[in-house]
Amino acid sequence: MIPRLMQSVTLPAAQVHASRRQFLIGALAAGTGIAVGFHLLSASPAVASETATAAGDHSFSPYLTIDGDGKVTVLSSQFEMGQGSYNGIATLVAEELDADWSAIDVKGASGDIKAYGNIAFGGTMQGTGGSTSMVTSWERYRKAGAAARAMLVAAAASEWGVNAGEITVDNGVLAHPSGKSGGFGAFAAKAATMPVPGDVTLKQPGDWKLIGNAGLKRFDSARKANGTEQYTIDVKLPGLLTAVMIHPPLFGAKAKSFDASAARAIKGVVDVVETPRGVAVVGENMWAAIKGREAVKVQWDDTAAEKRGMQQIISMYRDLVKKAPAAVARKDGDADAEFAKATKVLEANFEFPYLAHAAMEPLNAVARMNQDGTLEIWGGHQFTDVYQKLAGDVAGIAPEKVRLHVMKTGGSFGRRAVFDGDVVVEAVHVAKAIGFRAPVKMQWTREDDMRAGRYRPAYVHSLKAGIDEDGKLVAWNNHIVGQSIVAKTAFAGMIQNGVDPTSVEGAHNLPYDIPNQTVGLTSTEVGVPVLWWRSVGSTHTAFAAETFLDEVAEAAGRDPVEFRLSMLEPDSRHATVLKLAAEKAEWQKPLPEGRFRGVALAESFGSVVAQIAEVSTDGNGQIKVERVVAAVDCGLAINPDQVRAQVEGGIGFGLGAIMGEEITLTDGKVDQGNFDMYAPLRIDAMPKVEVHIVPSANPPSGIGEPGVPPIGPAVANAAYKALGKRIRVMPFSKSLNA
Amino acid sequence: MAIVTINGVKHSVEAEADMPLLWVIRDLVGLTGTKFGCGMAQCGACTVYVDGAPVRSCQTLIGDIEGAEVTTIEGLKGKVAEAVQGVWADLDVPQCGYCQSGQIMSATDLLTNNPKPSDEDIDAAMAGNLCRCATYHRIRAGIHEAAKRLEG
Repeated sequence: MIPRLMQSVTLPAAQVHASRRQFLIGALAAGTGIAVGFHLLSASPAVASETATAAGDHSFSPYLTIDGDGKVTVLSSQFEMGQGSYNGIATLVAEELDADWSAIDVKGASGDIKAYGNIAFGGTMQGTGGSTSMVTSWERYRKAGAAARAMLVAAAASEWGVNAGEITVDNGVLAHPSGKSGGFGAFAAKAATMPVPGDVTLKQPGDWKLIGNAGLKRFDSARKANGTEQYTIDVKLPGLLTAVMIHPPLFGAKAKSFDASAARAIKGVVDVVETPRGVAVVGENMWAAIKGREAVKVQWDDTAAEKRGMQQIISMYRDLVKKAPAAVARKDGDADAEFAKATKVLEANFEFPYLAHAAMEPLNAVARMNQDGTLEIWGGHQFTDVYQKLAGDVAGIAPEKVRLHVMKTGGSFGRRAVFDGDVVVEAVHVAKAIGFRAPVKMQWTREDDMRAGRYRPAYVHSLKAGIDEDGKLVAWNNHIVGQSIVAKTAFAGMIQNGVDPTSVEGAHNLPYDIPNQTVGLTSTEVGVPVLWWRSVGSTHTAFAAETFLDEVAEAAGRDPVEFRLSMLEPDSRHATVLKLAAEKAEWQKPLPEGRFRGVALAESFGSVVAQIAEVSTDGNGQIKVERVVAAVDCGLAINPDQVRAQVEGGIGFGLGAIMGEEITLTDGKVDQGNFDMYAPLRIDAMPKVEVHIVPSANPPSGIGEPGVPPIGPAVANAAYKALGKRIRVMPFSKSLNA
Repeated sequence: MAIVTINGVKHSVEAEADMPLLWVIRDLVGLTGTKFGCGMAQCGACTVYVDGAPVRSCQTLIGDIEGAEVTTIEGLKGKVAEAVQGVWADLDVPQCGYCQSGQIMSATDLLTNNPKPSDEDIDAAMAGNLCRCATYHRIRAGIHEAAKRLEG
C-alpha cells in the first residue's frame, strides 16, 4: 500500500481509527520495571499470535517503560524537530497513566513498523510528516498509558490485598483509602507479571487533566534553555571522526577524479575518500575536515548535469502555463463555457521560486559499525525504516542489523524526510570507505545544506475567474506548472492520472462553492532535486488562490470576508474559523491611518486556519507586518499552548519565505550558500501574533504545518490595500521593487 | 598549541591559530551547548562571551584571543541569566531549541546592559540571532518578562 504521505487532502480523522490492537507487556531487564506496547494486528497473523504473550523487553517494541525509580520513558514513533510531537505524545501517555509530568521523558523509537508504523500513512512505514503525529498517536498512546496504569493498579492491589477498584492514581502516586500509598517505581516490576488487560477504557474528556490543558509546559524547554539538549551534531563516541562532503557543483554531475595530496598533508586530515555522492574529507575534527576540503581538487563529469539557470526554467514554465495542462486534478461543470458568458473575467499569473529548508542544524548523521555486525546510526531519522534499509544496503547488511538512534534535530521542515537518505547514506559510505575502522560523523556546512538541493519546487500558476452579473464567482481555472515531488521516488504511486497530489493540494480542494472549476497540472522535468517543505503544496496553492480570490472580490465589489463566507457552508469549519478571525481582528472596525488589513483562509492536513494580517508602509513602497490574528480548527487541541506556538512559528516561517527567500541558479549552479544571501525572517520583521483556537471535540488533526499557508496571501492582500499593487511574483522583494 | 580559559577552566588545546573558537569549544574541549549554524557570523547560534562581551565564535580565531576568558552557555551564571533561562522554560520559548543557546547569550547580554528594553531595543539586539522555528514572538515576550522579574 502506498503511504498517503503529506497530503492535505487529508485523512478525515474517522478513517484513521486504528485497527484493533492488543497490548504487549514486558518486564524490564532483571525484573526492575514494566514495558507496554502494541503490535498492529492487521500486519500479519504471526504478529497476532505473538501479541498475547508477556515477555522480556527485547521481544517487542514498547510505547512506554516504567523503571524501578518510577521514571516513565515514552518511546515515540514520531520524530521531534521542534514541532512538539514528543510533548504531545507524552501528554497522551501521562494523561491515561496519571503520571507525574515532571518524571516523564521521551525518546525516539525505531526499528519496528509493526509497532510504530504511521497509521495515517497506512501503517506500512514509520515516518513523520503531513502533520500526522497526533493523528497516528491519539488512540494508541493513550491506550498504552491506560494499560500500564491498569497493571500498576493490579500490582498494588495484589501487594496490599485490596480491591483494585478502591485504588486511586494521581500524579504518579497510587493510593488506597486505608492510607497505603506508593509511587510507580514500587510497583513497576510486579506490574509486568500481572494479567494483561484485554482492553482498557479511556478517560472521558471531562476527566482530562493534561489533554487540553493550556497551562501544561513542554517537558524539554529547560534543557533547551541551558544548552544540554543533545542533537546529532553533539554525538560523542570514542574515536569519532568528522567528515565533510564535496558535492558536485552541478546537480547530476559525478566526480571523475580528484587530487587529495595537498589535503592529506594538512594536520588533522585522516583520509579523503570517494563516495557515489561525491568526495569526502575525513578529519580528526570539523575544522581539520573543512581545511582539508579546501585543498582537494576534484574533476567533475558534467555530462548528465542540469545546466539551466533560473531564467531558462521560469521561461519554460511561463510557456507551459499558457498551454493546456498535461493532467486534470479537478473538473466541475464547464468553466470555459461560463467564462464566455461571464460579466467579468480576470486573469493572473503567479511565480514561486525554489525555497531551501535551511534548518538551523545543518544536516548530519553519525555511523558506527560494531563488532557484532550491527550498524548504529545517529541522526534525524524522519523516514525511519527507509533509512534503515538504505543504510543496510550500503553496508551490505540486513535492515534489522541497522540500529537507528532517532535524535532530536535543530529543525527539519521536511528536509530530513528524504527518499535517498542523503546524509545518512553518506555517513555510511564514508565509514565503509575507511574500512569501518572508526565511527564517522558526516556534518554538512551551511553551504552544503543550502546547495545540495531538495528544495520546495519552483512553480508558475495561471488563474482565471469569471463573475456573473450578480457578482458571483461562477467559473475558476487554475493551471499549475512545476516539478513533481514524488515522481521517480518510492512514493511515485501517489501520482494518479498524472497528478501528483502534493503539487495541487490546496488548489483542487478549495472549500468554496464554485460551480464550474478546472484545476490542471503540468509536471516538469528539471534536474534540481525537490522535496516537501513545511505545508508542501499549500505553500504556493494557498497563495495563488487566496490572493486571486481577493482580486475577484474587489472586481465583484464585495468585502473579502463576506465574499468568502458567501461561498462557504454557514456551519462549516471554514466559515467558523474565518468568522472567528474576523471577529478577533475587528475586521469591520476601521484601522488607524497607515494601517491596512488582508485576510486569507486555508485548509491543510485536516486543519483549517484563517489569518488576518495588519501591515504598515514606510512611504517608500515597503511594508511591515505589524500584527497577525489567526484562528485555527485543528480538531481537539492536545497542547493548546503548543498549537499556538506552531501557528506563531508557522507565520514567521511562511512570512520569511514570501518576503525574502529564494534559491536561484546560474547555469545550473545554486547562487545562495549562506544566510548572507538567503534571508529567513529575523526578529525585527516578526509581527505580533494572536492565535485563537476553535473549541473542538473532533479527533486531533495536524498543526505543524497548517499555520504556514495563509500568511503569504493575507499579507499580500493587505499589501495591495497599502500599496495598490498586486503581488504575484515571489518573494515580495521582487514584486515590490519591480 | 593554544591556551584558552573557558568557563573559568584553563585548557591547553592542540589548535593552530586560525582555528575558530567554535570548533575549539565543541571539538577540542567538548562543550556542545554552543552550536554551529552558518560559519560566517550570520546566524548567532555560536554566540559566546569573550571577556564578557558577546562574539560569534565561528568567526573568532583562537589565535586572536590568547589569554581571554570565554563564557559559553554551560558557564553562564548570575541573576540575569537565571531569569532569562527560567522565563524561557516558563513561556516555552524554544521549539527545536538549536539556536536557543545563542538566543540566551544575546538576551542575557541585552538585559545586563539594558534592564528595561523596548521592543525596538530587543529587535535591534536580537536581529543577529536567527531562529528558523521563528520563536521570535516568544523571545520578545520572554525578554520583557525576564526584565519584569529582575525588576521585582
